[in-house]
Amino acid sequence: MSGARERILARLRAANAQAAGTPPDVAAYYGARAAALGASPREVRVARLCECLRASRADVIVSPRGEWTAAAVAALRRRGVGRLAHALDPAARALVAALPPDIDAIAFRDPIERWKREIFEHCDAGFTPAAAGVAATGALLLNHGRDLPRTLSLVPPVSLILVDENDIFDDLHSAASAQRWAHDMPTNRVLVSGPSKTADIQQTLAYGAHGPRELVVIVVTGGEGAA
Amino acid sequence: MSTHPVEFVSPTQFRARVDEALHDGGLRENFRSAMQFLRDKRASQFPDADEMEGLRDVGEAVRKHALAHLPALLEKLEAQLRARGVHVHWAETPDEACAIVHGIATAAGARRVIKGKSMVSEEVELNHFLEARGIECLESDMGEYIVQLAGERPSHIVMPAIHKTRRDIAELFAEKIPDSTYTEDVDALIRTGRNVLRDRFMQADIGVSGVNFAVAETGTLWLVENEGNGRLTTTVPDIHIAMMGIEKVVDTLEHAIPLASLLPRSATGQATTTYFNLITGPRRDGEQDGPREMHVVLLDNGRTQAYADEQLRATLQCIRCGACMNHCPVYARVGGHAYGTTYPGPIGQILSPHLLGLEASRDLPTASSLCGACAEVCPVRIPIPDLLIRLRNEANRQPDDGAAQRLIGQGASFSVGQRLVWRFWSGIYASPARYRLLRWAATRLRVFTPRAQLGWTQHRTPLRPARRSLHDLMRERRQAK
Repeated sequence: MSGARERILARLRAANAQAAGTPPDVAAYYGARAAALGASPREVRVARLCECLRASRADVIVSPRGEWTAAAVAALRRRGVGRLAHALDPAARALVAALPPDIDAIAFRDPIERWKREIFEHCDAGFTPAAAGVAATGALLLNHGRDLPRTLSLVPPVSLILVDENDIFDDLHSAASAQRWAHDMPTNRVLVSGPSKTADIQQTLAYGAHGPRELVVIVVTGGEGAA
Repeated sequence: MSTHPVEFVSPTQFRARVDEALHDGGLRENFRSAMQFLRDKRASQFPDADEMEGLRDVGEAVRKHALAHLPALLEKLEAQLRARGVHVHWAETPDEACAIVHGIATAAGARRVIKGKSMVSEEVELNHFLEARGIECLESDMGEYIVQLAGERPSHIVMPAIHKTRRDIAELFAEKIPDSTYTEDVDALIRTGRNVLRDRFMQADIGVSGVNFAVAETGTLWLVENEGNGRLTTTVPDIHIAMMGIEKVVDTLEHAIPLASLLPRSATGQATTTYFNLITGPRRDGEQDGPREMHVVLLDNGRTQAYADEQLRATLQCIRCGACMNHCPVYARVGGHAYGTTYPGPIGQILSPHLLGLEASRDLPTASSLCGACAEVCPVRIPIPDLLIRLRNEANRQPDDGAAQRLIGQGASFSVGQRLVWRFWSGIYASPARYRLLRWAATRLRVFTPRAQLGWTQHRTPLRPARRSLHDLMRERRQAK
């Protein structure tokens, strides 16, 4: 179909659309807004993130750094989770080490083809650490790739996400520019702002459409460094 | 699945369907309340008018910039996608697009396709094409699934099943889904849909999705959704095929950010959706999930015609939020199916003439009071009323007047009789002497005005010239002073 390609491009070029004015300055727009609002302190960003996430019906737990695994275990217990899927990142290792004997840890070591049915049907929850939080909209960034399979936050009915209060930004633009997203795109960046939902039946909101029915977020506070 | 034949309607019978829709009380009630709901939700997302106008300015500038550089950006996007191992295909027509998808399926020996929401796949009627060739094609967005189960087509671009009530869906599920019992409980209905589709996600060979923004700089596809079906579609099957119109490209990742704020706020009145799904290539070495093979199909289907004209090019700024239809007094009364096009409402009225030609769509641009609500809410400031007027003019031009950029179907509504009437009218109004003569005749011969005046007298009393003209009355008044 390379003929189609050439013909389409030729038609577009023939239109001779000229660049109208200067290119849009998105950074200036967000910069001006940030200057007008003033940089918000960390506590405000954390509070805003929690408020937005709760408004989307996430269960948000703010926990001191040394206690987050206990808080996570308690949240899993409350939901009767028996099998927790996880990746092999440091935060997941810390959580797995803290799991009681009645919660099985299932490491995502093999390509999904080998255990699709198991993750679809027998995992109650999936754990994923977030790389950033966006306060304005209550969204959490998951950088899926080699260290973090995408299915973990998608297929099990409960999604457990950990975010560090030091990684929370005011808005999407400040997160993307501070972390230089465009410079190194992983296979799949996902922003999550709540449990899966739909309003496709008579505008009535229902949760757990296809993805997780419940989202549990743990915000770790205090100190610097990795959780 | 889909043993039910899908009803293909044509925009040429637009007037007849409008008439039918206007007399359907239930349908009008559904749409009226749904549109009010969406209008209120959108308004709640823009409490600060200055912020909204500033963001709309940026959104418009981003889209205009992308269109100004469209051919170069498409090549850049293609190069970036290829560098990530994505196969890029170009299609001029719906049939070509369908054939490309079918070709990929055949080569992979695929029998089962699961679909995330994609208006382009609706536009090219992909389900129909694949099913005719023995490949199952299942919609996974709840609204799309409901519509497919009913053998219908979407009536709204964001909320496909908005014309259906909870009761309609309860009856549909009880009838069509084996082992399901009748319930009107929305949570239970969604659970039923979820259970049916979960198995299908596991079994599907191919996932087909749409694209909200394609970032040329990074070769990233940005998908916006709430349900998670889009993520499943683009994650679980071995092959992912994304279908997009050629206008969906933006220059940089940063440029997509204001659009990703405008889209959910304008569409469903959400600050953000549950998921922004940014896909940059298929599964890489060492990764445990994601598709192993990825394709992007770039579709023209008349978009280059709109692009060729500077004014009509603005049509392609659209980010498909549906705010124009939500706020349209005509759409709210006739609903999405009456238009008979994939894209209903104001955006459909200005886009469909390029996709289908003016011959088939000539009446669409006339279905507007030109109230301007659509332009007022459009997040990227498409001047929809101006484009409607332009398309009305194009439909009424002489079919071969030697126009430099002739639209397909130009002059579809042209009639010699009408042209003569307007010539006569302008001849009279352009000359004071002739106008005086008409005035004199109209006031004296008023008793001969016909009682039946085409459509006007269907619901109104006949028009009749006044006994005295305004000119005469004014002259008398001046003389009396």
